[in-house]
Amino acid sequence: MISERLKKQFIHIVGSENYLDSKAEKLVYSYDATPNYQAMPDAIIVPRNTEEVSQIVRLCNEHKIPLVPRGSGTNLCAGTCPTEGGIVLLFTRMNKLLELDEENLTATVQPGLVTLDMIQAVEAKGLFYPPDPSSMKISTIGGNINENSGGLRGLKYGVTRDYVLALEAVMPNGDVIRTGGKLAKDVAGYDLTRLFVGSEGTLCIITEATLKLVPMPETKQTMLALYQDIEAAAKTVSTIISNKIIPATLEFLDQPTLEVVEDFAKIGLPTDVQAVLLIEQDGPLEVVARDMQKIQEICLAERAVSVQVAQSELEAEALRTARRSALSALARLKPTTILEDATVPRSEVAAMVKAINEIAIKHQVKICTFGHAGDGNLHPTVATDARDHEEMERVEAAFEDIFAKAIELGGTITGEHGVGMMKAPYLEWKLGAEGIAAMKAIKLAFDPNNIMNPGKVFAKESRKRVVVSR
Amino acid sequence: MTSVKEKQVIQDEFKKRMDEDELLNCMRCGFCLPSCPTYIESGFKESHSPRGRIALMKAVVDGVIEPDEDVERTLDLCLGCRACEPVCPSGVKYGHLLEEARDIINQNKKHSLPVRVLRQTVFEGLFPYQNRMRVLTNLLGIYQRSGLQSAVHHSGLLRLLPDSMTSMERVLPKVPTMKEMKNRPTHLPALQAQKKRVAFFSGCLMDTMFLKTNDATIKLLQHAGCEIVIPKEQNCCGALHGHSGEKNMGKELAKRNIAAFEDLEVDYIITNAGGCGAFLVDYDHLLKDDPEWFMRAVAFKEKIKDMSAVLVELKFHEKDLSVQPQRVTYQDSCHLRNVQGTFLQPRVLLQAVAGADFYEMKDADRCCGSAGIYNIVESGMSMQILDHKMEKVAESMATTIVTANPGCLLQMKLGIEREGLSGVLRAIHIADFLLEGLEGQLEGSK
Repeated sequence: MISERLKKQFIHIVGSENYLDSKAEKLVYSYDATPNYQAMPDAIIVPRNTEEVSQIVRLCNEHKIPLVPRGSGTNLCAGTCPTEGGIVLLFTRMNKLLELDEENLTATVQPGLVTLDMIQAVEAKGLFYPPDPSSMKISTIGGNINENSGGLRGLKYGVTRDYVLALEAVMPNGDVIRTGGKLAKDVAGYDLTRLFVGSEGTLCIITEATLKLVPMPETKQTMLALYQDIEAAAKTVSTIISNKIIPATLEFLDQPTLEVVEDFAKIGLPTDVQAVLLIEQDGPLEVVARDMQKIQEICLAERAVSVQVAQSELEAEALRTARRSALSALARLKPTTILEDATVPRSEVAAMVKAINEIAIKHQVKICTFGHAGDGNLHPTVATDARDHEEMERVEAAFEDIFAKAIELGGTITGEHGVGMMKAPYLEWKLGAEGIAAMKAIKLAFDPNNIMNPGKVFAKESRKRVVVSR
Repeated sequence: MTSVKEKQVIQDEFKKRMDEDELLNCMRCGFCLPSCPTYIESGFKESHSPRGRIALMKAVVDGVIEPDEDVERTLDLCLGCRACEPVCPSGVKYGHLLEEARDIINQNKKHSLPVRVLRQTVFEGLFPYQNRMRVLTNLLGIYQRSGLQSAVHHSGLLRLLPDSMTSMERVLPKVPTMKEMKNRPTHLPALQAQKKRVAFFSGCLMDTMFLKTNDATIKLLQHAGCEIVIPKEQNCCGALHGHSGEKNMGKELAKRNIAAFEDLEVDYIITNAGGCGAFLVDYDHLLKDDPEWFMRAVAFKEKIKDMSAVLVELKFHEKDLSVQPQRVTYQDSCHLRNVQGTFLQPRVLLQAVAGADFYEMKDADRCCGSAGIYNIVESGMSMQILDHKMEKVAESMATTIVTANPGCLLQMKLGIEREGLSGVLRAIHIADFLLEGLEGQLEGSK
């Protein structure tokens, strides 16, 4: 709870128009895009600059008030759900592109900047910022950094972490620090930049970031390979890569996903095949032509029923946009959509897809699968109804099996969505008790009062490891 | 203020009437946020976004919060432009949720006396009666023609009214006389080889204040090869009622319209106002719980077509059309675009007119802030949206803004007036513009 006196102090810092605590305002910041998570904050504060953030954090630390930084609330691990109350720190007023440095190829931004707005500004200068989470039209750079978001181009270009060069961060005691710089090389001390990226708001509040840009690829081509056999599609993924080709994008969608996506996007996606691969290559014209030719041959050799190349950039963009809407479109099937984020080494994609299908049958749940097959990051998604408790239990059991299988195959419990509240009970499966202890030691050193997004990443109780029956 | 008892009743009604599946269907992905004008104009406040409003409606149903003034405020501030619907991958019918919520609140809340009188006059006493609409329009005509208008302008009396109202008074069209309004024919032949037999939905405001635009639409349809019937028994579509929480009156009007059109044996029922058309195609939803009317509403809905859609279907754009050289841009009618899905056809038509240098304005699909009576009751937000719209118009360097809905047309005129551009920039309904194009050509061929 926030006392009247403390409220006055907050208002003194940010002004009354930037301190919200009506019931309606609290309600609309009580959730993010994660199903089944909702908790009311005590107040919402909208800071205008780093200095204000620092003062707010200092006060919160003094009074042991939880702080949850929030961009657009599009995340899928309940990372921005204020599960322990406290303050939601909103970055809508810190949303500027501060600098585009064409000599060092960097962009310096405030955390509230919408990812797509930045990408467009950068591309207008012929430069390229590769991370492209599906939510990029809405999600903010700050959110991307906190969750270490991936995207469709992750296979070739990596994820957000690979593009963050420097950060300005407010530490839990209110100190403002700067990490990294516009440098290609820097080995001065611990790499706090990489530690903070993906720390999900549990270590500090990021107030500014310098991002690495690369030259815009000269050309790009997009194709769809259609399959009547899901596992053949999955097998193609590893064959392409073992042939030493790294496509820019290599996405997998199964038939039920295709159907709902087509229902929304209406761009003529094939809905009569069991699976498709959406494949893109970019780079110099000759390289793209050569790779695409070879990929096409591999697809056909791996029993693709047909391969279609997009005839224009418009057509290609429609395909990518349709793919990005897959998750939300799946909500058409049933009221509640629960999406997971299991990731395996890409050589194991076929095995994982096969296991997901068996797990679905075992627990009698409908699982649609799509995802970034090229980097092994799959999104098995269950369409269910949160009101049906019996089914929800089966869904949960199925996901446990999926995580266990992913880890067994050398994978992980989340590839790009983060741990948040949703995956916290499973983190120990991946890290072991010693791994958790090491991470907790870092958390404690930075944030002894546990005010930074408490309840996230570390669960009160870990899940017991289940044995997958095969 | 809403009393404790009223809140309780509203909450109970929410539980009874709100479509729980539709509320759950929103999976809070946030894809709607960038398309929402009030989210953007409010400085990215979640409470003024579709996702936020749905969360609030659901919270009231779940009993998590009570329907207090803040909840009401966020619902009131929604333009109802439904730009969130086509971009929603989950396919949430936001418009239906909003309509139901507003109806529940309005029907169970005691408005202050002046508001009550105004609402009753407008919703029950005026719009449902076409003859009264004519009388009112005629009074406006007398005011305009008698010299009273210029006297009032000189007197400075208008300074007593809020800004937006003063400007609105200036931009109202020169209205027709009583005689013109009453002489509406009921049957017109095709003016070239007949291709379709259609009925014309003449509307209430469109057939009084915007009579000329209706006449233009009819002429275009005749030239496109349509035989036209205009049933006298038709009346206001009820959109204003539906959007303002007067659903029952809306249902009554819907039934009267369905009855008026159902035995005509026509291919289409043509509308020329985006807002009306969108409400007409939703009649089946409006009457979904009425077994006697539901199927009749479905049959009615399936015949609704916007004038620009039928003109393109009948290849009107292949005619020789020409106007004086001018730069033209098009402001979408939200409801025509987002609910009826008609946005390519007006552009096809405009690009077919020689002399019209068509330029696609940025964010043409974003609401202009008119939204029924929104620009009067939510003047502040409406004018903020309009000012940003006018910036985009200025960037387009257009000299003509074409619209497809009377509300948008007046709003654009208001924008022109506010910017002091009345001499250099004009706003015109697409029917009137196409008629200019047709007549320009007809005169040329004489």
